[in-house]
Amino acid sequence: MTLAVILKQVPDVVEELAIAPSGTDLDRDSVSYVVNEFDEHALEEALLLREATGEDVVVVGVDTTGELDQALYTALAKGAQRAVKLVGDFEGSWLSTRALAGLLAPVIRELSPRLVLTGVQAPDDLDGQLAPTLGALLDWPHTGVVVGTELADGVVRVRKELWGGIMLDLELATPAVLGIQAARATPRYVPVGRVRQAMRESTIEEVEVETPVESAPKLSRLRAPEAAGRAEMLTGSPSDVAERILEILRARGLY
Amino acid sequence: MAEHILVLAEQLEGQLTDVTLELIGVARRLAASRGSGVDALVLGDGVSSLAATVPADRTLLMEHPALRLFNPEAAQRALEAVARETSPWLVLVPNTSLGMDVAAAVATRLGWPLVAYCQAIEERDGQLVATSQLFGGKILADCPVGTDHAVLSVLAGAFSSEAAAPEPPARIERLTPPAELDALRVRATGLERPEAADVDITRAEKIVAVGRGIESKDNLELAEELAEGLGAVVAASRPLVDAGWLPRSRQVGKSGLKVKPRLYLALGISGAPEHLEGMRDAELIIAVNKDPKAPIFDVAHYGVVADLFDVAEALQERLGG
Ligand SMILES: Cc1cc2nc3c(=O)[nH]c(=O)nc-3n(C[C@H](O)[C@H](O)[C@H](O)COP(=O)(O)OP(=O)(O)OC[C@H]3O[C@@H](n4cnc5c(N)ncnc54)[C@H](O)[C@@H]3O)c2cc1C
Ligand SMILES: Nc1ncnc2c1ncn2[C@@H]1O[C@H](COP(=O)(O)O)[C@@H](O)[C@H]1O
Repeated sequence: MTLAVILKQVPDVVEELAIAPSGTDLDRDSVSYVVNEFDEHALEEALLLREATGEDVVVVGVDTTGELDQALYTALAKGAQRAVKLVGDFEGSWLSTRALAGLLAPVIRELSPRLVLTGVQAPDDLDGQLAPTLGALLDWPHTGVVVGTELADGVVRVRKELWGGIMLDLELATPAVLGIQAARATPRYVPVGRVRQAMRESTIEEVEVETPVESAPKLSRLRAPEAAGRAEMLTGSPSDVAERILEILRARGLY
Repeated sequence: MAEHILVLAEQLEGQLTDVTLELIGVARRLAASRGSGVDALVLGDGVSSLAATVPADRTLLMEHPALRLFNPEAAQRALEAVARETSPWLVLVPNTSLGMDVAAAVATRLGWPLVAYCQAIEERDGQLVATSQLFGGKILADCPVGTDHAVLSVLAGAFSSEAAAPEPPARIERLTPPAELDALRVRATGLERPEAADVDITRAEKIVAVGRGIESKDNLELAEELAEGLGAVVAASRPLVDAGWLPRSRQVGKSGLKVKPRLYLALGISGAPEHLEGMRDAELIIAVNKDPKAPIFDVAHYGVVADLFDVAEALQERLGG
């Protein structure tokens, strides 16, 4: 049996994001892509489950950036057994979650995993998160905001975070789909040399898929949040700024 | 077309959550402008007294043992059945840990569009527009919502929770749970509340909060010293807690704690929506971040675009450290 992990590349939000002239997408030429950080946690959680149960880990992704190989080889170097890449006529486009799930569902069904793990959310999932969408399409039990998993006979036990530190324990019949918030351990690091080795020694399986029918909500425009109400900016040298901060605190009796 | 709005009410152990009131408030505003009403769906077991307090026009109450604790499969089946039956124009679901399991799944099964992470839902030029907050809060997406069905998942804290009781008072209708609730593949097995912590950040008057910009566990010392000089306590964004650098009880945000101190000094925190959820109501927010576009500056009162280490050291010198 296998554990399927779905990885997605997303624009790095720590960098500056520019909106394309169309107004309905980011300027894809100027973004740099990273693997969705929660997907990294999903992979780590799967690798931890593998250590406990011996399951194979298969990483799966839809190549919307043309750069997915790097992410898949890194996953192989970290300890995944197989990598599957869905390719089609959608490079450079922003696929909705439902379109993505529509492409993935038949491939996942074919892989017939015990569990599907993916990130709890992604920075670009305008029409919602992948785990519940895929769960609904496959009609498999699913849940998100998962911070711990344990596989047992025919079930997976998960710890789901609510709020304020409250935890909910759930038991889902397998196969199930999980949206991982945080793995039980910090996602492992893998040296570049090991990634290069994976590139030499393993192959990524490719599956050609049809361009999905777009099902995203209508989007009239993207924009940056309004500048109104933004902070008053303190400028100058660090010591000027420190002085101003302490003045502000003194004026309010906070220091 | 139906014009009424269905709100998925969220309750935990018989307590309605604030976000539920926020959703009902916005739903009533939208429905009133169309002369329509708001249905609230309350799911639970033994929650009929709670149902009477929900400020909707009509409260649909579904009780079943599987709905006692939150069960994502049960909630999804229930909401789907009610949406099919009542055919609302809009379904509003809170974008919480519970709502996230339900909104996308129900929208997919119904084939209705979903706009997630809504922070605003407004009429603009005779058109309803739902605004989704994406890319860590750096970009907003305006999505027109037509007269067709749609599901909106709404961020907590985006709307006021002052939904007044309706006139005339709500009707409560008891619904029969769908048969699927007797054959679920998901079981809720327990709920655990956190143990009391050494420091209660929700009671602190001043907080020095650190994010991923602090870079390493060793650098936390700097924050500790600064906090000591200011008479504050140290709190953090989620990644630092996930890394095990600080206990869960110090986490501010959606899945952590909600704080409202007199001072919130944020160092190297980007201001993702999930973080802002926990601190945006602080009386005074001062943020230091290298990135002038960091969303934390949208909620801060004062901002400094600088290296946090430079500012922290300069502050520390003045505090006599
Ligand atoms: C369901 C769910 C629940 C969540 N709950 C929470 C929650 O409760 N609390 C929470 O915080 N997050 C929560 N998150 C995570 C959230 O989405 C963000 O990932 C997180 O808040 C980011 O933390 P950060 O700002 O520290 O890190 P980043 O987003 O990585 O930001 C680091 C910032 O530091 C700045 N920086 C770097 N170096 C320096 C320097 N030397 N000087 C100054 N600035 C610097 C960078 O410009 C950047 O803006 C949740 C996510 C999900 C999906
Ligand atoms: N005042 C009301 N508040 C909420 N929901 C209502 C109200 N009136 C009718 N409904 C619901 O709306 C559905 C159809 O509404 P309509 O299209 O307005 O006839 C009915 O089946 C009810 O579920």
